Amino acid sequence: MASILIENITKTYEKGTVLALDNISFEVKAGELFGLIGPDGAGKTTLFRILTTLLNADSGKASVAGFDVQKDLWDIRKIVGYMPGKFSLYQDLSIEENLNFFATVFNTTVEENFHLIEEIYVQIEPFKKRLAGKLSGGMKQKLALCCALIHEPKVLFLDEPTTGVDPVSRTEFWDMLDRLKARGITILVSTPYMDEASRCDRIALIQKGKILEIDTLEKIIENNKRPLYSVKADERYKLMLELRDYADTETCFAFGSENHVVLKSNDKGFDAMKDFLSSKNYSDLEIKKIEPNIEDTFIKLMLESEK
Amino acid sequence: MKIFFAFVRKEFWHVIRDKRSLIILIGLPIVMMLLFGFALTSEVKNSNVAILDFAKDEATQKLITRIDESEYFTVKKTLSSENEIKGEFQKGEVRLVIIFPPNFQNDLRHENKSQMRLVADASDPNTANITINYASAIIRDFQSDLSNNKKLPYTIDLETRMLYNPQLKSSFNFVPGVMTLIMMLLGAMMTSVSIVKEKEMGTMEILLVSPMKPIMVLISKAVPYMVLCFIDIILILLMAVYILDMPIQGSIVLLLAESLLFIITTLSLGLLISVNVDSQQVAMFISLVGLLMPALIFSGFMFPIENMPLPLQVMSNIVPTKWYYNIVKIVMVKGLGFSYIIKQTLILLGMTVFFLTIALKKFKIKLE
Repeated sequence: MASILIENITKTYEKGTVLALDNISFEVKAGELFGLIGPDGAGKTTLFRILTTLLNADSGKASVAGFDVQKDLWDIRKIVGYMPGKFSLYQDLSIEENLNFFATVFNTTVEENFHLIEEIYVQIEPFKKRLAGKLSGGMKQKLALCCALIHEPKVLFLDEPTTGVDPVSRTEFWDMLDRLKARGITILVSTPYMDEASRCDRIALIQKGKILEIDTLEKIIENNKRPLYSVKADERYKLMLELRDYADTETCFAFGSENHVVLKSNDKGFDAMKDFLSSKNYSDLEIKKIEPNIEDTFIKLMLESEK
Repeated sequence: MKIFFAFVRKEFWHVIRDKRSLIILIGLPIVMMLLFGFALTSEVKNSNVAILDFAKDEATQKLITRIDESEYFTVKKTLSSENEIKGEFQKGEVRLVIIFPPNFQNDLRHENKSQMRLVADASDPNTANITINYASAIIRDFQSDLSNNKKLPYTIDLETRMLYNPQLKSSFNFVPGVMTLIMMLLGAMMTSVSIVKEKEMGTMEILLVSPMKPIMVLISKAVPYMVLCFIDIILILLMAVYILDMPIQGSIVLLLAESLLFIITTLSLGLLISVNVDSQQVAMFISLVGLLMPALIFSGFMFPIENMPLPLQVMSNIVPTKWYYNIVKIVMVKGLGFSYIIKQTLILLGMTVFFLTIALKKFKIKLE
């Protein structure tokens, strides 16, 4: 059963001149942890706002837990939990006060649904008297999640919850999402971090308002697999420029100290490239075949969509 | 109802924790009352006066003593020639010079009339006018005391009475004015800013994605400010009565009820602003320029509306402050009852309903 259903949603801003979402369709199954992955400005927040009934789409249909986002606005607002990308709690209220306030707004009490947030709340409880504005990024995010969960939502919308949060807290946060999923809550989460894709059941890659691909992470990588080489040398910048100029190079991107290269002739051109680079006398030249990761796949899909 | 109380409590936390808004809410009325009451007063007290007495007889002595004893004047100097007058004004030490001609008492006795001259420093025209008026009043008083002793033919006894405010206290004018301004400033500005703040901080986004109905959001935002404004009104009235000695002539219940109505008018104006703008600065700007300026100009508190050109007089009718100012003066100063302010009350009521309806209609339940 589809918990979130999106059909041909298009959304423009500035009287139609800026295209934010371009005819996108997909569905999220009940109880699924679904990741919406794409860079800033891809349209993630716009989609979240349409699904949480904050914005009207120009065209297309969408429903959440069986309720239409246009017609059943008040039904949706009762059953979803929403954590906006920007920290949106009352900075001058303490952790406790924020939580109590949002519980009351949703017609419930903290005690009633404490079991839902307990695991998260115990981590911030020692600071419960502290004002929300004075919390660290990771604690703010935990508090925001508590507030979004306090009314036991059926569907949880988390817009870039891990942006600006340290790596340890990020991992912890995803662990928490796993546990929420185990309780049967459908979760739609967006992130600009490709490495978080592996934590989702399925992901949608989104770029410039278009969905590039929807599937499990492994399948997306598998489906878009092409021979990929990691090329590394001391003179990194010179190497990159030279690789990009090389006639057989299709794409070449810097990944840390490495260059990830795809050749037009795929495997067949490997020896030729190797000879070419050897002739340039790089020190510490290192060439090896690697498995593509999600970022390689995303770049490939992105370039294809731009063609 | 529980949601409503939680919201109101939250709103009070906001106000109490934001020292700046707390100072504005409680400090502003106090500061304004004290300023208008003691610093920005148009009353003239203890003005320095110089005397140029060419007569130096019994009558001038009596009159000078009387002037000196009044609370309005202090005789600072006695001059000996007219040439000194200019110098005194230039030094700025005296505001008024009183000149008695030679033979003042003789003329008075034998010809039944005498002349004297008042020279005032009119570089400040209002003060000059007021000092001349006060001095004239004292002299008239003196004259009538003299005439009691004997009948003079063909004199018109002019007896003026300043009704409702015999002492011409400026507090009778500015207390209603301050009440009007404070309500406009706090009711409209603070409310609009506090709602727009929720938009700016992003908390409105979460409130919208909740079962809370828009009317609930608006009302629960407005109620705390209503309470605070009402506290301010009481504060102002207490200060008026106990510090500025300005009695409340009419029914205090009526005055408070009308104030509550006006508070609701300003709150609905604040709500109207807040649903139309997206940043705190714009909200503040609109309340200051769009509300406070007209409130100041068209309430009749600073400038008499009757003196304005006709188009402006017509315009003043759409400014709610004019009507409230009117009500306060009628109830507080003149001590009249409800039957005298029915029209004003109905106009305020109509305006409130109008503003509230538009505000509620325009309140967006979405982000666009």
